Amino acid sequence: MAKADFKKFIIYSLFLGILILPMVGFPGRSFETARAFTIWGGIVGILAFWLVSKTVRRSDMYQRTAAHLAPFRNTVSRKFSKFPTKYYILALIIAVAAYPLLADNYMIDVGITCLIYIVLGLGLNIVVGLAGLLDLGYIAFYAVGAYSYSLLNLHFGISFWLALPIGMVIGGIFGCIIGYPTLKMRGDYLAIVTMGFGEIIRLVLNNWDKLTKGPNGLLGMAKPAVVYPAFTESGLGWVVYSLKSLHALYYLMFIIAVLTVIGVRRLDNSRIGRAWVAIREDEVAAELSGVPTTWLKLLAYAMGAAFASVVGAFFAAKLSYTNPNFFIFMESCIVLCIVVLGGVGSIPGIILAGIILIAVPEIFRELQNYRMLAFGLAMAAMMVLRPEGLIPASRRKRELHETDQFAPEDLKDGG
Amino acid sequence: MAVKAPILELEDVHTYYGKIHALKGVSCTIPSGDIACLIGANGAGKTTTLLTIFGVQRAHRGKIKFKGRPIHHLRPEQVAAQGISQAPEGRQIFPRMTTLENLEMGAYLRSDKAAVENDMEWVFGLFPVLKDRTQQLGGTLSGGEQQMLAIGRALMSRPELLLLDEPSLGLAPKLVERIFETILEINKKGVTIFLVEQNAHMALTISNTGYVMETGKIVLTDHAASLLKNEKVKKAYLGE
Repeated sequence: MAKADFKKFIIYSLFLGILILPMVGFPGRSFETARAFTIWGGIVGILAFWLVSKTVRRSDMYQRTAAHLAPFRNTVSRKFSKFPTKYYILALIIAVAAYPLLADNYMIDVGITCLIYIVLGLGLNIVVGLAGLLDLGYIAFYAVGAYSYSLLNLHFGISFWLALPIGMVIGGIFGCIIGYPTLKMRGDYLAIVTMGFGEIIRLVLNNWDKLTKGPNGLLGMAKPAVVYPAFTESGLGWVVYSLKSLHALYYLMFIIAVLTVIGVRRLDNSRIGRAWVAIREDEVAAELSGVPTTWLKLLAYAMGAAFASVVGAFFAAKLSYTNPNFFIFMESCIVLCIVVLGGVGSIPGIILAGIILIAVPEIFRELQNYRMLAFGLAMAAMMVLRPEGLIPASRRKRELHETDQFAPEDLKDGG
Repeated sequence: MAVKAPILELEDVHTYYGKIHALKGVSCTIPSGDIACLIGANGAGKTTTLLTIFGVQRAHRGKIKFKGRPIHHLRPEQVAAQGISQAPEGRQIFPRMTTLENLEMGAYLRSDKAAVENDMEWVFGLFPVLKDRTQQLGGTLSGGEQQMLAIGRALMSRPELLLLDEPSLGLAPKLVERIFETILEINKKGVTIFLVEQNAHMALTISNTGYVMETGKIVLTDHAASLLKNEKVKKAYLGE
């Protein structure tokens, strides 16, 4: 057992003890020793398992066995990589499409929420991952989408399908409104301004009673409906089928998510995507290469906002209800967490993180208040152990690997 | 002094950073096909001059003309489209893009794929080491390689005028010599070069015209060969 690892184990255990004991020890008014120490004990157990597994992996015997098994492992992994990615994607699509047939209503609802957050994550990824603009008020565009549809539907009777493109345009305009004043800003300043913008939108929605009915919210929007031809009593006619059931809404959201993935993928590989990455890497150098940075930054905001606005409209249509408290700052944080946890710039990573961050807290509902604690702990652990995300984008992975191997001289001294 | 038609003219250019008056009336003329250099101490405004030409910094007063047409009101991407390109100071390459992607970014405004391929081969001819590094990330290249990449990227837009900001910065003497040889080679292809340098000796040796800059103004203009013999320049910038 390496001494350094043991030392780390002790320090981590004590540190977590100091952090966790007071937090989990006071469920009511008095300190419950047994409960606090059980939870802490569990965590120390996990740490101990990490210590043991690390030691075992270092040991000679493990190394020798691994060497023996290497050829076998290689054949297996080669067999698997022979399947083209197409099949994996197909399998995933089938699984997601079959999910509502096997799940109850509650689970389908959670599934829809997952899909919503995946689309939000993918949209934010355009702004944060590709263009490198930190946005802490992203949920505002989701709100814009939700309220656009609600108001258009309630006042003008505009259908969901027509409201989608209108909502996208309105979302895009709002994206430009927040984008324009922040064009010259970077990093921390940008984060603060975007956060403020997110709150402004929420507060306006909350206080503009005449238009938005304030905290009571808007009620009674029509659900999305499909019109199809069929034989009725009066001969061939059009039948309006309102997507009221959770199953139908799930499939609608599924289609939106698939279209988003296709759209984001195409953007990622496009000339525009490349230019966004250049802006993220070095703005002046991008300008000198002839990249119109001003327009592309605005475009990144507008595109990200347009995606959020589509799901916003869906969300409002699904509930037939919306109110400003759906769009609090915490929601922006969760979307950002999905992007960071999944791996900035990685589409499969964001999908996985969306599922984990939305579904897992549902599974652990019994943990009640500790849910957020566990959430925070998991995020912190992730950032320490795997900063590149669950499924890193190939660009990022390459970067981390190469700098591990040969960091150039002039980067070491910070130059 | 210049018999050839000027490719770039600056007339009384003023630039401010907030309240700081960085360029206090810079005027100079670069003849087409020449190598011109701008020398001066740290903070004299050399880099600002280049950024102002490109429109990254706005010229608050004065005129900048490229091939006789004013360009001081253009945005950087429009300046780039005119046929000017710049290798920025301190090797501002894209660290998380591969060498190949970096070079492709240089050709961002071009749509003639075949010609871009051709120019890429030309750049690889000038800097053979880059050819071995096409799939390596820019940030993991050595200092010299990064400098070559920055120049190579600037060439990928097939410029008529190439602005180079301190290409010798932080490089070993032998590499500096190589870079300057390459600059001469690029110039022979018909690319006008405007060079900003602290390594005054090297810069003046390869240039036709030299400008000396002090606190935001050009204080001396002459043939580079004469500047090399100028007592004031010798004392202040050549360390003799």
